[in-house]
Amino acid sequence: MLRLEARPEISTFWSYVSPILAAVLTLIAGFMLFSALTDDPLQALSTFFISPIADAYGISELLLKATPILLCAYGLAICYRASVWNIGAEGQLLMGALIGSSVALLFVDSTSSMAMPLTLLAGVVGGTLWAGFAAMLKVQFHTNEILTTIMMNYIALNLLVWSVHGPLKDPNGYNFPESALFGDSTLMPILWADTRLHIGILFAAIVMVLTWVFLRRSFVGFQIQVLGLDPSAARMAGFKGKKLTYLVLMISGGLAGLAGAIEVAGPIGQLVPSVSPGYGYSAIIVAFLGRLHPVGITLAGLLMALIFMGGELAQIDLGLPNAITGVFQGLLLFFLLACDVFIRYRIVNVPKLLPTNSAS
Amino acid sequence: MDFDLFVNILYATIRTGTPLLLVALGEMVCEKSGVLNLGQEGMMLMGAVTGFIVVNHFDIVALGFVSAAIVGMLMAILFAVIVLFLNANQVATGLALTIFGSGLSAFIGADYEGKIITSLDSLALPILSDIPVIGHILFNQDLVVYFSFAMFVGIYLFFKKSRGGLILRSIGENPDAANVIGLSVLKVRFLAICFGGAMAGIAGAYLSIAYTPLWTENMTSGRGWIALALVVFASWRAERIILGAYLFGFASIIHLVAQGLGFAISSNLLAILPYAATIVILIMLSANKNKLKLYEPVSLGKPWFKKH
Repeated sequence: MLRLEARPEISTFWSYVSPILAAVLTLIAGFMLFSALTDDPLQALSTFFISPIADAYGISELLLKATPILLCAYGLAICYRASVWNIGAEGQLLMGALIGSSVALLFVDSTSSMAMPLTLLAGVVGGTLWAGFAAMLKVQFHTNEILTTIMMNYIALNLLVWSVHGPLKDPNGYNFPESALFGDSTLMPILWADTRLHIGILFAAIVMVLTWVFLRRSFVGFQIQVLGLDPSAARMAGFKGKKLTYLVLMISGGLAGLAGAIEVAGPIGQLVPSVSPGYGYSAIIVAFLGRLHPVGITLAGLLMALIFMGGELAQIDLGLPNAITGVFQGLLLFFLLACDVFIRYRIVNVPKLLPTNSAS
Repeated sequence: MDFDLFVNILYATIRTGTPLLLVALGEMVCEKSGVLNLGQEGMMLMGAVTGFIVVNHFDIVALGFVSAAIVGMLMAILFAVIVLFLNANQVATGLALTIFGSGLSAFIGADYEGKIITSLDSLALPILSDIPVIGHILFNQDLVVYFSFAMFVGIYLFFKKSRGGLILRSIGENPDAANVIGLSVLKVRFLAICFGGAMAGIAGAYLSIAYTPLWTENMTSGRGWIALALVVFASWRAERIILGAYLFGFASIIHLVAQGLGFAISSNLLAILPYAATIVILIMLSANKNKLKLYEPVSLGKPWFKKH
């Protein structure tokens, strides 16, 4: 009889293999799903996972999509390393978009070179404060941060929808729930000519390096990881748990806010109700899939961006609902959790000795 | 405010509170056995989409609810297998269930957005519905509302009076001890998770078949999460869950009250109220954190497996 047995030590091998295995299993499940839905599952799979990045423009779009996901995921990784379960990247991103847009709309007719930096800064501030509030709730009132950050996601979404119906609505916009188009000086400079890829991806690259340095080479980063692994050890060592909680949440919120501001000042160019197709939620999967490591997250983030693009193409070319993206995301996370079991356990074959095993 | 409006608001409060009551009761049973399932939102959405599609095709409302319960249960089984038999982290797996459920429901429901179905009619209970005021508010509702009343009473008695309730509680409090005296921890937890899934499925179907009655992507809009907070707020007691559910039901329809009173506040702003109320309640609970700890099932969220 097969059963799980705890390993004496956690398996490093499996912690690397598990995400790869999860991705492969997701592909297999995708093949099965496409077999049921289309005549040519291999073709469908290739439409989903290969066609989106078959040319240079596709690559540029992949990087463009990956930017907000990566910015959110690096921040979440810092939180999760500290065992602070921030599920609120989506709301922090939306607040970044909302506050960033409020500033951007002041510069609609301006050619000021400060328009873009101030918009991004406002986004960072919005996300930081939104996450800071959740940190305050956790530190002062010991509320569960999973529940509070999720509630704040819904609040942020409603605030955003309210503002595009109200104060930020374009007065010349035929009553559509959208803000005015941002001025050219606010828009993110294009990095790759003839594509939509803007300098936001460079921000993501810088943040990747900074996250690595912060987690691996700084004393605060070390404290964060001790806090996450063993809070009582962190207390014994005299680390300031409350300050660290504020810090990780506010860093994470700031990065998500930056992602939101980059989206409105980048490919979208105005504030709309549908700023994010759930980037903040997919960043949770990306952070776990990337093993909370900046390099791993970068790879996982690119895969996630591909899944988003695949979903869009599946809708156009295969006539499947765009929501198939969500199915793939869910499958990926489930397979990852199931494969992660092998990090701490191994399967052993226990021969049945007794005819009845009620005595176990 | 005129009296009719007042009665109508209370009537709507019961309707709005019903899905919350159903999910929260299911999750309470699950948590009492020591398992924290954060996948309520995902199970509700799957129930909602299943119920809607079934009624759309077969035009039998009851069949919609039954299949929603089954699908909710199937989702719960997926969760149960991963957390009970693979010992995965309950928080992460629950989140995965929500992400998976919202994705899958949006996918299979994509063609059903904007379609219309026969919704669940209200059914006045004889005699009871003739009671002035209260009769209309409580007993002129639909069958699922009565079902939620029955589930409330049933679960209340289950924990107060029955041996089964005692077994479930003891497993949530101390699974090792329960195992030693021969109770099957994993089996009971499995059943409790399944029950929670079925309740979440029915609650979701109530939204799509009776309350709206429409299917839209992510239509549960956080009710599964609010229910999770509600269980804590109720300190794992059925009589406080019913109170909390209607309180939140009221908070969700406050825009009707505002309109009735002639206030012109944006409905998007008022939509924030239930979420803000949830946060406020979580803050208030922290005031007596130690007391709360007394009620919380001791093994909540901790994986357990047989040791040899």
